[in-house]
Amino acid sequence: MTEKTLRKGNEALAEGAIRAGARFFAGYPITPQNEVPEYMAAHMADAGGAFVQAESEVAAINMVYGAAATGTRSMTSSSSPGISLKQEGITYLASADLPCLIVNVMRGGPGLGSIGGAQGDYFQATRGGGNGDYHVIVLAPNSVEELGNFPKLGFELAEKYRMPCMILADGILGQMMESMAFNFDPVDPNQLGKFDWAVDICKGERGKSKVFSYKGDNLIADVTERAKRYGLIEETEARFEQRNCEDCDVLLVAYGLSSRACLEAISLAKEAGIKLGLFRPITLWPFPSKQLFELAQKAKAVLTVEQSLGQLVQDVKLAVDGKVPVYLNAYPAGGQPDGEKIVTAAKSCLNGGKEGLFDVREHAEGFTYDCKRNTALGVQGDCKGGK
Amino acid sequence: MEILAKKPNCLTDIPMHYCPGCGHGIVHRLMGETFDELKIADRVIGIAPVGCAVFADEYFACDSVQGAHGRGPAIATGVKRSKPGAIVFSYQGDGDLASIGMAEIVHAAVRSENITVIFINNAIYGMTGGQMAPTTLVGQVATTAPKGRDPKLQGWPINMCEMLSQITGAKFLARVAVDCPQNVMKAKQAIKKAFENQVNGVGFSMVEVLSQCPTNWHASVEQALEFVRTKMMVQYPLGIFKDEGAK
Repeated sequence: MTEKTLRKGNEALAEGAIRAGARFFAGYPITPQNEVPEYMAAHMADAGGAFVQAESEVAAINMVYGAAATGTRSMTSSSSPGISLKQEGITYLASADLPCLIVNVMRGGPGLGSIGGAQGDYFQATRGGGNGDYHVIVLAPNSVEELGNFPKLGFELAEKYRMPCMILADGILGQMMESMAFNFDPVDPNQLGKFDWAVDICKGERGKSKVFSYKGDNLIADVTERAKRYGLIEETEARFEQRNCEDCDVLLVAYGLSSRACLEAISLAKEAGIKLGLFRPITLWPFPSKQLFELAQKAKAVLTVEQSLGQLVQDVKLAVDGKVPVYLNAYPAGGQPDGEKIVTAAKSCLNGGKEGLFDVREHAEGFTYDCKRNTALGVQGDCKGGK
Repeated sequence: MEILAKKPNCLTDIPMHYCPGCGHGIVHRLMGETFDELKIADRVIGIAPVGCAVFADEYFACDSVQGAHGRGPAIATGVKRSKPGAIVFSYQGDGDLASIGMAEIVHAAVRSENITVIFINNAIYGMTGGQMAPTTLVGQVATTAPKGRDPKLQGWPINMCEMLSQITGAKFLARVAVDCPQNVMKAKQAIKKAFENQVNGVGFSMVEVLSQCPTNWHASVEQALEFVRTKMMVQYPLGIFKDEGAK
């Protein structure tokens, strides 16, 4: 436990990870997460751990694979395009049942996108991201305080279920400063005990330990066993926060930074005589579907607020299962939600309006598409579309 | 009765899957002997690659990690930095090390990671069925170079020991072969040196082993050994390219 101090999000996260017992960090520079490796470079050695600036994100995640195989609390951080590169290692970590922490301080995408905060990696994070049937546990902080305290939770969940855990933050959360306190005492990793599956110096006191990703003929059994673990996690580890969910006209669903704008919207709507509630998933996988299903039915409509173009809303629709209309208020590619815009969208949910609501079919109304290729003979229309 | 020769304690009893005439088994044995002789068996953690040696983690009686294609030196870095007292090796083929894993091997050398790399160069992708490797010789036929490697199309073979010798952090670089008893003995000396260096904290050490692949060269064992001697050794001369751990 600590006194409240003013910290930058990325630095709170890095300090929180060291306090949580992280003793191996490998990373590669990318904005807007650079303060994490910089903090690790300055402090990890003093904590008795190792920091490596890797030659690439691919190398960094594979270094984490090696360090995690020894049972060391290991982590990496990056931002969206870098997380795409890490997917090779993440699927191998999942296959080898290795616990570790991966931090994604999201920026705009696809591709190199932009360096502003965004939430466009929801699908990638919650659907595994790499090849094969697997999941990673995804924690979504919405404050600097949660950024600082989630690494401990992340390591504990990762180790409990032997799988990678991802903290899905965004550029603004990583860059902003807030007053925060750590809600736990520093962890001494030497006191945590050894895993029976880890590789180590063994001095003949046990048999050979082996960490591997190629399963061959055992693959079906392996994937099936892991699916049981996933079922258990979905049953027991879903986390969420609720505000005014019991008595609201429109239930807002948002995670991370978007949920902060929803708090402003709740206050503004109250002044306008509209009752808004907020359902904030803290674990994006497992998604708190059951809880949302029940709470959604107390509202007239559900409005998903996300800084992406219809990603979170898919899980919301799956959870609500058609019992209540689900709408989308989207701020993709670095757009930032604010309270007034959310209130406008919430009003549309109630009065059948369209302002502030995104519908992909309506969005394409009247849109024509004409792609041309320049040939030696002149401009030739290749494909045309439209409605 | 006096025992004159036996299987090293550091090898398991699991039958190896390597093709007849392949060099992998010989190299495994030399490594096993080295671990026994240096008395480091309980400290060794091996990294197995993707490729023909993907099951190498089965054959060494030490803790093992098998990871992604080409990433052995990165995985070894994670293991070694977390367990500095361990003796960590990365065992890699030519596609693994000199193609997809080029960045990882170069930067492990740049950082002078105190690890040992055993690099099997047989000038072909073995496990996937004989595709062109970065080390495939000019004119050598491969399934993805059906008319033979043409430098105009596919460039020239890459000599890893010579290339890495430019890197300050690379402390021991040797190229050996396992085509005849004399060369096997020299290979053993180099492998032993590469592990002794790690015990002594010298830094990055790599042994490149020219190995025969009768299966994918579509050659008899005898022809394959001849190919190593008359073709591979011309492109890839044997020798010690760097030895900064000598004392």
